[in-house]
Amino acid sequence: MKLLCCPKGDSLYLYLSGELDDCSVSRLRAETDALIDEHAGLSRAIFNLAGVRFMDSTGIGFLIGRYKKLKQYGIAMFLENPDSCADKVLLVSGVYSLIPKV
Amino acid sequence: MNKMSLSFLSRPENEVFARNAVAAFALPLNPTLSELSDVKTAVSEAVTNAIVHGYGETEGWIKVDCGIGDGTIHITVSDSGKGIEDLSQALTPFFTTLPQEEHSGMGFTIMQTFMSSFSVRSQKGEGTEVTMSKHFGARADEDAR
Repeated sequence: MKLLCCPKGDSLYLYLSGELDDCSVSRLRAETDALIDEHAGLSRAIFNLAGVRFMDSTGIGFLIGRYKKLKQYGIAMFLENPDSCADKVLLVSGVYSLIPKV
Repeated sequence: MNKMSLSFLSRPENEVFARNAVAAFALPLNPTLSELSDVKTAVSEAVTNAIVHGYGETEGWIKVDCGIGDGTIHITVSDSGKGIEDLSQALTPFFTTLPQEEHSGMGFTIMQTFMSSFSVRSQKGEGTEVTMSKHFGARADEDAR
C-alpha cells in the first residue's frame, strides 16, 4: 500500500494505492493516523481510492476506524473514486451511509 | 473436473498469494474481471479468517482446494485452528470477536454475497472449513433465457 497526502484549503486529500488487506493494513493505519494528527485543524478528509486495486472487509474496518478517529477531531470524512471492485465491497457493507462518496 | 490444492502457513503475506493463485486457476473459465474480483475477495476473506481467528497468535497450515468444471469454480478453505464457538453469531453482519482491532465483521457476509453458494462447518478446537462456489457467466445465462 502507498499513501500520498495533499492538504488543500480546509481539506486533507489522502491518495491510497495498492492492495488493501489484512497484511498491508497495519502500516497504512499508522501512517494515516499520523497524517490525521498532523492536520487535525482541517474540516474535511477525502480518501481517494482510485489506486486501490484490491480491497476486502479489512478495508471496511480500516475506513470505519479512520472515520471514528476523524470524528473525534470534528473532521468530516468522504470517499472518492473507488474502482468497481472496491465500490461493491463498500456498498455491501453499507459504508456509504456513514462515509459519503463525493 | 480439473483440480488443484494449496497448503501454506497462516502468515498474512500468504493472503495475496492464495487469492491470486485461485484467480489464476479460474482463468480457463473466462470469468469477467468483476467475477474474478468477487472470487479473489471471497478467498481473501476466508484465508484472513483462518489466519486471524483460526490460528491467531499461533501458526498452522491452511489448505485451499479448488475444482473447475461446467463454468463453475468450487473452493474449500480449511484450517485446523480453534474453530468457531457460535456459528450463527459469526454469520451475523458486523459481528466480530475482535472489535478492538478494527475488524469489520463483514467477512462472511461478503463471501455469501459475492459467491453463488456458501457454507461453513466448524468444530470448536478442531478447525473450520468454508466451502463456496461461483458460477461464471450467470448474467449471460440470464440474458439467454
